[in-house]
Amino acid sequence: MQQTMAKTLLPSKGPLLGGKGWTAFFVALIAVCALAPLLNMATAPGSALHMSDYAVALVGKIMCYAICALAMDLIWGYTGILSLGHGLFFTLGGYVMGMYLMRQIGRDGSYKSDLPDFMVFLDWKELPWHWTFSGSFVATLILIVLVPALVAFVFGFFAFRSRIKGVYFSIITQALTFAAMLLFFRNETGFGGNNGFTDFKRILGIPMQTQEMRMTLFVITGLTLLGFFLFSKWLVGSKFGRVLQAIRDAETRVMFSGYSPLGYKLTIWVISAVMCGIAGALYVPQVGIINPSEMSTGNSIEFAIWAAVGGRATLIGPILGAFIVNGAKSWLTVAYPEYWLYFLGALFIVVTLFLPDGIVGLAKKWLSKAKAEPSEARVEAQRSVAVEQGVEPAALSPMPVETGGARA
Amino acid sequence: MQQRRSGTAASVSGMTIAFTGFTMLRRTLHRLLAASLLLLAALQAQALTSEQARAIASGDSEDRIAALNKAVETADDKTAAFIQALSDDAVKTSGDEVFVMKDDKAYDPVSGAELKLPDDADDVINNNLMRSALDAAQAALKLSSKDDKVRAEAAAALFKDPDESRVPIVEKALAAETNPKIKAQLELVRDAGMLTSADKAKRLASAIGLGANTSPDTKLLLNQRLADETDPEVKTAILASVAKIDATLVWGERINAVFSGISLGSVLLLSALGLAITYGLMGVINMAHGELMMIGAYATYVMQGVFQRFLPESLFGFYLVAAIPVSFLASALVGAILERGVIRFLYGRPLETLLATWGISLMLQQLVRSFFGAQNVGVENPAWMSGGLTMLSNVTLPWNRICIIVFAGLVLLAMGWLIGRTRLGLFVRGVTQNRPIASCMGVNTARIDTYAFALGSGIAGLAGCALSQIGNVGPDLGQNYIVDSFMVVVMGGVGQLAGTVYAAMGLGILNKFIEGWAGAVLAKIAVLVFIIIFIQKRPQGIFAVKGRSAEA
Repeated sequence: MQQTMAKTLLPSKGPLLGGKGWTAFFVALIAVCALAPLLNMATAPGSALHMSDYAVALVGKIMCYAICALAMDLIWGYTGILSLGHGLFFTLGGYVMGMYLMRQIGRDGSYKSDLPDFMVFLDWKELPWHWTFSGSFVATLILIVLVPALVAFVFGFFAFRSRIKGVYFSIITQALTFAAMLLFFRNETGFGGNNGFTDFKRILGIPMQTQEMRMTLFVITGLTLLGFFLFSKWLVGSKFGRVLQAIRDAETRVMFSGYSPLGYKLTIWVISAVMCGIAGALYVPQVGIINPSEMSTGNSIEFAIWAAVGGRATLIGPILGAFIVNGAKSWLTVAYPEYWLYFLGALFIVVTLFLPDGIVGLAKKWLSKAKAEPSEARVEAQRSVAVEQGVEPAALSPMPVETGGARA
Repeated sequence: MQQRRSGTAASVSGMTIAFTGFTMLRRTLHRLLAASLLLLAALQAQALTSEQARAIASGDSEDRIAALNKAVETADDKTAAFIQALSDDAVKTSGDEVFVMKDDKAYDPVSGAELKLPDDADDVINNNLMRSALDAAQAALKLSSKDDKVRAEAAAALFKDPDESRVPIVEKALAAETNPKIKAQLELVRDAGMLTSADKAKRLASAIGLGANTSPDTKLLLNQRLADETDPEVKTAILASVAKIDATLVWGERINAVFSGISLGSVLLLSALGLAITYGLMGVINMAHGELMMIGAYATYVMQGVFQRFLPESLFGFYLVAAIPVSFLASALVGAILERGVIRFLYGRPLETLLATWGISLMLQQLVRSFFGAQNVGVENPAWMSGGLTMLSNVTLPWNRICIIVFAGLVLLAMGWLIGRTRLGLFVRGVTQNRPIASCMGVNTARIDTYAFALGSGIAGLAGCALSQIGNVGPDLGQNYIVDSFMVVVMGGVGQLAGTVYAAMGLGILNKFIEGWAGAVLAKIAVLVFIIIFIQKRPQGIFAVKGRSAEA
């Protein structure tokens, strides 16, 4: 990308993945589909190669987060729109799944009623309207995609049509999520209030608390993650993806070139929301609980830091980032609970100050030692843009052509 | 007071249940005895007798209350002292004898002679019913006090627990009363007592009389009676009175809503003013703004501790005055460090600033947890800020809220002066309007950035100081305000001080009015949704700067 953008010729479309890329992809595929189940189920619990149930649950959970990080990367890394509301879509997907799982409990709840326990507790006599389709698995699968998509579409349509961007957009997505969290905390909205949904028993009539079921969910999550990775790779390489990156780098110029950014932004926004929703739906059966605190402000911002740590505008970066940050989290919150927030806070600062391209960017830099000095032409261009905008050249964000990376 | 009473009520009810079994027989005996004694007491109509004392101190609650009310009619100083001892839980009984305890010694309630306390003496236990009867009896006795204030308080206490049996006492006091204000109060007490009378004429007079009062208590009283009332004429009179009270109450409610709206608005304004500088003028998205407020609140807490420990108690009321500059400086210092250490390197990259400052906010929260613990800390109101200003029967404006409104106004004026009239303000405006030109004119732009950021942070500290007086002070104090304060600044229009003021006040009042009929949480959601829709319509806020920039 770096070289091609400097040339005036349009780049030819390369293969989806390089030779090494495909090798790595298939290694990951085998690890998820064969190695993990083998290590978890076929080895003795005491052996050194054994993958404990705890590890399965943890990796499964992190893979869900990795999907979110990937979704975040599409909207932020490639389109330059920082959403602080992706926690909402994640939770929406989770709640749709949770509603189905609550219905699957059937009469095995504490109150032996057809209704979920919390509804009996609230003295409700029948299911509220939005639970209508929660009994059917197929409808649930459709709704997992449809609900976040619809919310994202309606919100995105109005926001992008009014050309709200940058920080404004971030702040109102945050407000949206905050409002939704307050709403979900209410008992009368029919989402179980503070406690949310938990105590799930079975999925499709099959008990959930078995090793086989956990492994199945793990494998499905892994496949989804890999699938989304390929999909994203295809998407950003397509013409559509190129326009997105152009919007990120200079939206006004894109408009002057005759493109309407609305459709592009809206499409990627909805795709990103749906990915988060699916991640949420996979997350709930593995973790066994969903409650409104998943929508808290902090959670959504953490999605962004996963992408940033790994490296924005790369696809492998966010996945790595999600694994590194969450791995550190699950280790630190147990070993040094006092220091976790210091670590996370420092991570935010260090990544933004010193690692604008994340770990992947750092690795690339180390691999290609040759650091190109900015050419004279670029310095000149930068100066002229600065004069045009009436600011110091240094105050301008570095010019996109120079870094090739994301500049938010 | 309230807490203590409910505590005893709980333990008393527990004990009553335990005793029920073996007191059944005793109770019937006592009831007979009490009835005969009452008859005797009424005939003799004299000062406190030992029979009266026994009837009041032992037996079934209802009989005790009846005996008490009877005794009050013919009360003397001894009766008053005995009732006082009863409500202080300083009375014991043994068989037929009643003892008043004072300094671990037992005395006879009638003669005042010291007695020997038998070993099997039981404490007299008063349940809630009995306690309110005792309070009322004491109030009735106080009606004959020489002090206007005591009488007024007594009348107010009696009004809370109206009973027809006390009407004669009130009538007596009414005849002797000279103070018109207390007279009016007593008339209400009489009317309230007569509301449950068996006599229809009395009820009617009472219902009409009560309409003159405008307090919510009277309305409650009337509504309670309305449920039991059978006579249509009295019913209409009650309804008329309720309507009359409602008409006045509705104004009180409106004033309350506006006041609490302005109060919330000034809190929003305080929390958004600092942001109006750092975000509005400088364009820095400071997610740690809430934590700077938290630092101000904790600085106030520290000042409170300093005053408690090192200075005489008489000066404690001034700790808040001392805390104002301290919280400003503490937050300003942290702000200056942040600007020099982190934010400086992120100018022109707003989204990355957002993430970095979020990281700072997490670290500051944890820092406060490490130093002060994860629990909320207690910050007291100084004595001169507690209490309130009563305007109508149902409108009391708390002093701490009034102080915050005034404080917000002062901070706003000071900030307006600083930005609009001083050299520093000129430089800040110059740098934000056109950085290179300001630099050419010899302004040290980097230093101005630090000053401006420190100023915004300091104002956040002031907001924290103010918030410590009305809410909890804890590590997550800032989190509760960050979304709100950004909303206010964005809504008002970035870089618009006047817009910030209008937005804060508008949102505050809107929030409180919706709260009136939808509840706090739904009001908050409605306001957030309103802002989201509003920003879609007017992305530049209420006051948009007109320009021709393509990026607008």
